[in-house]
Amino acid sequence: MAPIADNQDPKTALGSGESPSEAAPIEQRPAPLTRGSMLVRLGGIGVLLLGVLGAFLYWGGWFSPQKLTPTRFVNEFERVNGTYSGFRRNHAKGVCARGFFDSNGQGTRLSKAVVFQSGRVPVIGRFSLGGGDPRASDDLSTVRGLGLQFSLSDGEQWRTAMISLPVFPFKDPQAFYGNLVSSELDPNTHQPDPAKMAAFLANNPETARALGIIKGHVPSSGFDNSTFYGLNAFRFVDADGMPTPVRWTLVPVQPYEAANAAEASQDKNFLFDALIASIVQHPLQWHLIITVGQPGDPTNDATIPWPEGREQVDVGTLTLDSVESEETSPARDINFDPLVLPAGIQPSDDPLLSARSAIYSQSFTRRAGETKEPSAITPSEVRK
Amino acid sequence: MSAKVTTDRQQFTGSMRFLHWLMAAMVLTMLGIGVAMVASLGDYHRLVSIHRPLGILILILVVIRFVNRCLTSLPAFPATMSSQERFAAHASEVLLYTLLFVQPLVGWGMLSAARYPIVLFGSLHLFPILPHSVMLYAALRRAHTFLAYLLFLAFIAHFGAILFHTLVVRDGMFSRMAPWRAHNLTVRRSKE
Repeated sequence: MAPIADNQDPKTALGSGESPSEAAPIEQRPAPLTRGSMLVRLGGIGVLLLGVLGAFLYWGGWFSPQKLTPTRFVNEFERVNGTYSGFRRNHAKGVCARGFFDSNGQGTRLSKAVVFQSGRVPVIGRFSLGGGDPRASDDLSTVRGLGLQFSLSDGEQWRTAMISLPVFPFKDPQAFYGNLVSSELDPNTHQPDPAKMAAFLANNPETARALGIIKGHVPSSGFDNSTFYGLNAFRFVDADGMPTPVRWTLVPVQPYEAANAAEASQDKNFLFDALIASIVQHPLQWHLIITVGQPGDPTNDATIPWPEGREQVDVGTLTLDSVESEETSPARDINFDPLVLPAGIQPSDDPLLSARSAIYSQSFTRRAGETKEPSAITPSEVRK
Repeated sequence: MSAKVTTDRQQFTGSMRFLHWLMAAMVLTMLGIGVAMVASLGDYHRLVSIHRPLGILILILVVIRFVNRCLTSLPAFPATMSSQERFAAHASEVLLYTLLFVQPLVGWGMLSAARYPIVLFGSLHLFPILPHSVMLYAALRRAHTFLAYLLFLAFIAHFGAILFHTLVVRDGMFSRMAPWRAHNLTVRRSKE
């Protein structure tokens, strides 16, 4: 094709100087459609367009209003816990911490992740209590959380959200949701309906079993001597591409001391205040312990502990040496999404993982756009 | 066909048609993934892991496509189109190009503002393009949804207009962008 002709104005190229609107109707129009044929063609176009629209609505879940979605899940959190502007929909009460992770290099055998090469990476974290009320009173029996973000030297991140329970009470998001629904307060008694909870446990025997394990595990006296469990299984992938199923745990260097409700302070923030006092005295440390799964160990069910005697690899030490109120710390704005993973760590087939990622994201998106109200653990609380 | 036809482009160039169909498939996949992932628990992670790199690929391709479009000549509009229709076709093309460019940038920008790592695959990740601000993230996240719906509507209008011209007006509109090489291009030319 000649370049000059290529640059011709398309309108003049159409005909020899004639205006297209004059020339076209006579020359170009094929035999007119009959009325019926026209209707059939227009109808066909309508059906095609509606089909495309329907396919998208179907993928978006519009035809399955009963399907559990991140939106419905977070709505249920709000129904049970209330909505507190700017706060996480669960684990709302918290305080932020900073420190570092010293890797001893032992983890490189299992995972190529940069974080396991010998050396130090900065860590930002957040201690929290379970529940959606950011001003709830501290209670020894409330589940404790620790979210961590490791900033790797190559710009990657590893985020993990761990809790103080040795197993998770729910095997999948549906069970978690069912539990939330059955813990809704009865409008008359202002208490959860025990019959609903009993029915839930009868339908979810794995939750009843997990609660048995959790009951046999006496919580420690504070955040500083809590063990934190990663709960879900993950896959470590080594430099040769070999996958290994793993779970991880943070085991405190601070000695375990059983919680004693009789001795516990009545102060609203006694657990957080003790954490602040402790970290001011000396840096707090935990060993990051990787439990290596064997073939047959369940990776898709966080309610089941792995058998005793699995190989445990101590891959390094986490040190947290300062605390900060949420109001001033960047950790408030971190979504501790358990699927923010570096190369070398992959999700397992545990259905909770993708669900946690989706629900955390929904919670994060909602609170991100809200006015941020003061945290219960204020900057002055942290300094006193 | 007369020699005149070869100097009068009736079809978009091969590279333009290739990019058009490649991107059409990618954008439709992307809209489907987008609408499915926000409603999904079990597949959320898998879908979002495709959504991010595919969005960046679309951003790269739309830039290539725009430059390519500026460098080549275009086929004429069919004579059946009124000046209003030509204006509408041109405006919708501008809208589609703009959306295909802006939407991935908004996605990249919102992840940047939230300081999510923008992982493409493995350890490959993008740098943030906006300052850290969760309020900015929330606004961009809403914009991302709005632009996705707008893109979907623009696609439906584009698809509907092509179907109408091809099946009802029968002016060979589709053959201009057909994935194959059209020989007997329009009724008008074949009569000459």
